Amino acid sequence: GYEITFSLLNPDPKSHTVDWDIEGAVNRFVKPVLDKLSLVANFSVDSQILYYAVLGVTPRYDKESSSFLLSAHSLPHVINPVEARLGSSAASLYPVLNFLLYVPERSHSPLYIQDKDGAPVSTNAFHSPRWGGIMVYNVEAPASPQASLPVHVDVDMARVMEVFLAQLRLLFGLSREEVPPEFLLESPGNEGLADWELDHLLWAHTVENIATVSTTLTSLAQLLDKIGNIVIKDDVASEVYRAVASVQSAVTELSLGHLLAAFQASKDAVTCSERAFFDPSLLHLLYFPDDQKFAIYIPLFLPMAVPILLSLAKIVRETRLRKKEPTKMD
Amino acid sequence: VCTSRFWFNYRHVANTLSVYRSVKRLGIPDSHIVLMLADDMACNPRNPKPATVFSHKNMELNVYGDDVEVDYRSYEVTVENFLRVLTGRIPPSTPRSKRLLSDDRSNILIYMTGHGGNGFLKFQDSEEITNVELADAFEQMWQKRRYNELLFIIDTCQGASMYERFYSPNIMALASSQVGEDSLSHQPDLGIGVHLMDRYTFYVLEFLEEIHPASQTNMNDLFQVCPKSLCVSTPGHRTDLFQRDPQNVLITDFFGSVRKVEITAETLSLDRDVPGLESKLPEEELATEPLKYAEQLPVAQIIHQKPKQKDWHPPGGFILGLWALIIMVFFKTYGIKHMKHVF
Repeated sequence: GYEITFSLLNPDPKSHTVDWDIEGAVNRFVKPVLDKLSLVANFSVDSQILYYAVLGVTPRYDKESSSFLLSAHSLPHVINPVEARLGSSAASLYPVLNFLLYVPERSHSPLYIQDKDGAPVSTNAFHSPRWGGIMVYNVEAPASPQASLPVHVDVDMARVMEVFLAQLRLLFGLSREEVPPEFLLESPGNEGLADWELDHLLWAHTVENIATVSTTLTSLAQLLDKIGNIVIKDDVASEVYRAVASVQSAVTELSLGHLLAAFQASKDAVTCSERAFFDPSLLHLLYFPDDQKFAIYIPLFLPMAVPILLSLAKIVRETRLRKKEPTKMD
Repeated sequence: VCTSRFWFNYRHVANTLSVYRSVKRLGIPDSHIVLMLADDMACNPRNPKPATVFSHKNMELNVYGDDVEVDYRSYEVTVENFLRVLTGRIPPSTPRSKRLLSDDRSNILIYMTGHGGNGFLKFQDSEEITNVELADAFEQMWQKRRYNELLFIIDTCQGASMYERFYSPNIMALASSQVGEDSLSHQPDLGIGVHLMDRYTFYVLEFLEEIHPASQTNMNDLFQVCPKSLCVSTPGHRTDLFQRDPQNVLITDFFGSVRKVEITAETLSLDRDVPGLESKLPEEELATEPLKYAEQLPVAQIIHQKPKQKDWHPPGGFILGLWALIIMVFFKTYGIKHMKHVF
């Protein structure tokens, strides 16, 4: 599953009072997309507002456009200072996708993001793979300088969600493809992704899952071969059997073309194999190198063995003597 | 990871906290750091300056700071917990901050300090981790692709022995001393009464203080830190398992966190006139399970709790031979005919 967090960053609450109708936006725009993606994974959504959260980078002032610019090579350094405040570690055990909306301070407005060529980016947003995305939302300066602060801002959620959902698509690996003019491409529409894109996702994930299961089970078998000390509990064994059965059914379903059933089977296989591999009981601590074995057992058994060996020698000698005696006595 | 207890091992805690502080300063957040300290020096009753841990004798740098987040403390720092964190075989009830949630694109930095010897590192004065165990743990991490590249730094006596046995790819290792040499501490502080830092880590810290998140210094410079004239011991490194040339590896690849970022060039066109959707009843409840992380109730374990049958196994060869020997000697000494009186 995945956890999606929408955060509004307001570094200057004295100048801007920002209102965003996140609940409505989630219901109207995000939910259809997530419902369609629910075949692939479970999602849970939450949102927060952070005050006095600044970006770690100071933007430059550009006289020509009389705006502030964030250059492309300073973007990687923006995320880390903010991450500590996002609270994603307390959220859940699932991977978290963060979508941040940043309203620049009045002294740094308007703020544009520059791409590598120096042109301002139309979406004013950037994203980081496996993490999420950030969008900068510029607020127009108040018409008259005497307007009272703080200025009330109503965020245009539709525009924001267009960008966030596009980032979500990119994070999942679905990008807009160029098609030759004779082809008609089904557009994603409001659900965020077209049916064929969903199929593509399912298929890619199924193949990836099957590959993961094979490597996991192989490495588990190799581990057990190498270290004979590990005890496999019954439930771990049953997970392994189930994983193998699931992966076999996934492969057959895939060859038959039943994509959904194959995906479900592969997902089941991955869950079982991961549970088996990462079971806490499989930790092998009992590594005994040969010199440690000698060092432990010899002081224990050698003193005990000395009288036994000596008596053994005595027994052998006596037996041999007795065997010779009857011949002598005769 | 700091593995030593007791007040006189102050310097190991100071070592670990200095590296922690540098790494945080260069951008890695606490959620990505697992800090294991075996003893509490800042609040130790023998600390004349409570709530501080200094790294320099003029008390310039309080490495304890305000926002230290220790994940494994005191008696929780054991070989077992350390290996569990590395391999991921953690009981389901462990909180997120105590887990190593890395994937195949993560670069991991592991820094260990304490007392060590040829082939082992001592944990808490009561147990040790051998270099073979460590190599096996790294191999298991590699099998599950839990790291992209791994940098292993160890500051103990005879530290180079700990990385001799690594065999998994993409590992680079640094140690403060070779086999047969001892790592020495830097300087004692007369006010606090103990040695404050180890030499190798002291010079590494000085080196790291010059690095900032956008710096382009590479690993070859880190290898030069602490030459024999300053350090008395000879630091060693191992790069044969590493794919890239150390010249091209930036320090911030491991010590800092510079994320890959892409500009979002496209938007999704949404139909703005969509009315609020009434909550539709879900059509089918597809039972989906969490992909990798803990589940709440270990159903499989409960189902398989049969009453404990102790399976009887015939005794192994060695034990059998030993007992046969003892019994033979017993009978020979006391004579068979006496046994009739016993029974």
